[in-house]
Amino acid sequence: MCGAPDQAVALPPGTDLSKETVLAGRVIAGGEPVGGAFVRLLDGTGEFTAEVVSSASGDFRFFAAPGTWTVRALSRAGNGQYELVAEGPGLHQAEVAVA
Amino acid sequence: MSREDVLVTADWAEQNLDTDGVVFLEVDEDTTAYDGGHLPGAVKVNWTDELQDPVRRDIVTKEQFEALLSAKGVGNDDKVVLYGGNNNWFAAYAYWEFKLYGHQNVVLLDGGRKKWELDGRTLTTDVKDRPKTSFTAAKDADVSIRAFRDEVVDAISAKNLVDVRSPDEFSGKILAPAHLPQEQSQRPGHIPSAINIPWSKAANEDGTFKSNDDLEKLYGEAGYDGSKATIAYCRIGERSSHTWVVLHELLGHSDVKNYDGSWTEYGSLIGVPIELGSGN
Repeated sequence: MCGAPDQAVALPPGTDLSKETVLAGRVIAGGEPVGGAFVRLLDGTGEFTAEVVSSASGDFRFFAAPGTWTVRALSRAGNGQYELVAEGPGLHQAEVAVA
Repeated sequence: MSREDVLVTADWAEQNLDTDGVVFLEVDEDTTAYDGGHLPGAVKVNWTDELQDPVRRDIVTKEQFEALLSAKGVGNDDKVVLYGGNNNWFAAYAYWEFKLYGHQNVVLLDGGRKKWELDGRTLTTDVKDRPKTSFTAAKDADVSIRAFRDEVVDAISAKNLVDVRSPDEFSGKILAPAHLPQEQSQRPGHIPSAINIPWSKAANEDGTFKSNDDLEKLYGEAGYDGSKATIAYCRIGERSSHTWVVLHELLGHSDVKNYDGSWTEYGSLIGVPIELGSGN
């Protein structure tokens, strides 16, 4: 079974961006990356889908599907969210500012 | 069983880190999380090779469970406090295994690592050695809380089948939670007649469990029939452990089983019925 993947910017070997829909990005506060934030992926209806912890450089990553998503981050520096539309497979990026 | 018999708060935990007879065990989906910092005095348990058989697909045997807890320094009279990341998924899985082998004095830290970290409470990288014990399991595996595949097939349209995965996994749109690669080869979908009540609806944003009143309302509105027996499942049995804790431990429903084979088993079986779509 897979454990939680390393939330670094590089994608795991074998990730096929012509087939997979990857949502990746960074949590920031005042321009600085926020590591250790709890990053929650909510689907188009606001339903929780997944949660990861951002890396020391604030990075996170989800394997999802085309659609409308909200990326919500909780951290000691505050909370914030970002809405994103993935129209098809590929790498979709999000920057979540928390305050 | 009252809520206090199942959950302890972060405040309680902080005040009891050094209490004799209280042992904190951390179980994480990300098995490296403990190494980067954990509750002072807590001991690491690796779910991938300590709570499961290393060769066969199964939970550990009674003998393996006894050997594990003896090595971790857990005594039969100890109160075990389980906690972990990802909203206590794997801590809940461990909790279910403790109950399966009859260790009654076990609780979950409500909110797990997430609440602890968001509260800014102390984490340490120091690892405390606990003296070995001679732990004896109180009973053989209690199959009254564990479901196997044949009884799951028999439960279609007869019992509550609660699929606790996300709506997109339930409908067959994706095969695994969205933080994991979508690499599985088995069929997508869900067990016919299952109701989809994602585990996450039972938790607050900070990882704590919702109140019993809110939980009753949630399951009632989703079509859960409290007069029937229940089998909960997810993908590999850890999120459904979270829901098992809610239904059996917090809400006190008597006949609730966790199907730890879950979708990775069911979705790979030859010939069993599968339903696609939202089911609603």
